[in-house]
Amino acid sequence: MSTLITTAAQTIARPRRRMLRWIAGIAGGIVLVIVALFGFMLFRMSYVPADLDLATTRLSNAGVYQVSYEPRRGPIVINQIHAWTIHVATADGQPVTDAAITVDGDMPQHGHGLPTRPEVTKNLGNGDYLVEGMKFQMGGWWVVDFTIDAAGKQDTVRFNMILK
Amino acid sequence: MQRKPILISLAIATMISIASTAYLLWPRSEWSQDEITTLRGLWIGSLPTLAPDPSNRVGDDPRAAAFGQKLFFDTRLSSNGQVACATCHLPSKEFQDGKPLGQGVGTTTRRTMPIAGTAYSPWLFWDGRKDSQWAQALGPLESPVEHGGSRTQYAHLIDQQYRAEYQAIFGPLPDLSDATRFPAQAGPVADRSAHAAWDGMAPADQDAVTRIYANMGKAIAAYERTIMPSPSRFDRYVEALLKSDMPAMRAALSPDEVAGLRLFVGKAQCINCHNGPLFTNNDFHNTGVPAAPGLSEDTGRAQGVRQVLADEFNCLSQYSDAAPEDCGELRFAKSDDHALERQFKPPSLRNVAERAPYMHAGQFASLREVLEHYNRAPAAPTGHSELKPLNLSEQELGQLEAFLRSLSAEAQAAATTCLSCHPETNMHQAAR
Repeated sequence: MSTLITTAAQTIARPRRRMLRWIAGIAGGIVLVIVALFGFMLFRMSYVPADLDLATTRLSNAGVYQVSYEPRRGPIVINQIHAWTIHVATADGQPVTDAAITVDGDMPQHGHGLPTRPEVTKNLGNGDYLVEGMKFQMGGWWVVDFTIDAAGKQDTVRFNMILK
Repeated sequence: MQRKPILISLAIATMISIASTAYLLWPRSEWSQDEITTLRGLWIGSLPTLAPDPSNRVGDDPRAAAFGQKLFFDTRLSSNGQVACATCHLPSKEFQDGKPLGQGVGTTTRRTMPIAGTAYSPWLFWDGRKDSQWAQALGPLESPVEHGGSRTQYAHLIDQQYRAEYQAIFGPLPDLSDATRFPAQAGPVADRSAHAAWDGMAPADQDAVTRIYANMGKAIAAYERTIMPSPSRFDRYVEALLKSDMPAMRAALSPDEVAGLRLFVGKAQCINCHNGPLFTNNDFHNTGVPAAPGLSEDTGRAQGVRQVLADEFNCLSQYSDAAPEDCGELRFAKSDDHALERQFKPPSLRNVAERAPYMHAGQFASLREVLEHYNRAPAAPTGHSELKPLNLSEQELGQLEAFLRSLSAEAQAAATTCLSCHPETNMHQAAR
């Protein structure tokens, strides 16, 4: 008797279980495919942070200065030496006209810097400065740091750019 | 039996995974918009019009180019009458010599560099110790192992053999007839007696001779500026790609070569340094190339940058025609960085397959050896190598090599006015 009941219960449960197995199997398969694709995408991607701020106007690290840059001959072309104009203002937008500024650049993924030693060569007045000797020797993610020293307050601003 | 559905769906999922990975990895003929931009950047059609060299006011004067071409092939510009620029820079061999080390009157410590497209480079030589083609041309002339001569020797030769041509371009020559004021052999060279003779000359006379010498370099550079690479199969491929002409793309490059190109701009990272239409960024890199046996330590750019900053013919020198603001590369050159140690300039990869052996002292005999070196990324003998292992398979190395071979196309000098300058004839005549 008990055997009979069990058999009956099994007959009812079997199709449902089978369906569940099918669903679990397909879902597992889809997950596998997604994981494989995602892994592959990660492999293809470089390690540039997804939220990289490419703005040409940025606040310095400690918030002391607001700095903007502009290449003087239009968009940056790799392997061409060129000049930038940078504008330095206080956090509330007042031009900083007497800053001492140093420049440095780096490729975080390559562990090497700029091929040149750019310098601020002229104070153009009204918070504008001429930066000469800018050059980038390969495409990719670059950072350029300006360390600004004015009225005893030193702070560094970092610009990110992706060059092609 | 109950496990069957799971197994079947797992099998399907695995097949889908394999198929999609294979699809993504398979050599494709389609390129993304970003990749097309990259390929266009490598295309010879992207080479900009050559800007004038501000340090050489006769750089684009065809008379100077014709005069320079004659000098380039003249073996009298040497201590033994047998060495011209063309001795190592053979027009029939992409303006190089195919030897591990250059052979002039002696043996140099570096591989002869090709000339095509170097007018675009801010730095010349493997270590960039010169900053213009004309300043470069003057180095070997006074090197004891290359031409081996001295600048008064060359000034006298110009005075006696090329007077009219020289004066038409550069103005009157000074009177060099006084042999005590202008010795036959004098210059700031390794040869002791020539050096002593130079030191004995009046500064004004030294300057007069040096000006002739610098002008010789400027004429040679005017000729060298015309030596440019020609379009290769790779260029035809990109041209077809830009027109979406699939049959022409297939005719230009084989699937293996296309796969190699994909590696070149992607996984193999060749494009980091070999970028732009000349396949070089003309900068300096330490790629861990082994030291050449038998040669003393070579510090590459570290030494080269010190030399160019002190060079008597650099952009800021009195013999340069440039204003200081035209000398940005020199003024902002990086000279104080330990990374410069053993850095060398990546040469153009155009025609690279025709230019074995490879590297700055011909350390590698074949392209395959070069590729295997980059794949392994060994530590540098000194300084720090920028390379990381690439994990490329044998097949991928083969594809890269196939692609590099598609960059071959003979470099050519633009037709100049010197019709009588048949290189070989001229060299033989001069040698006789």
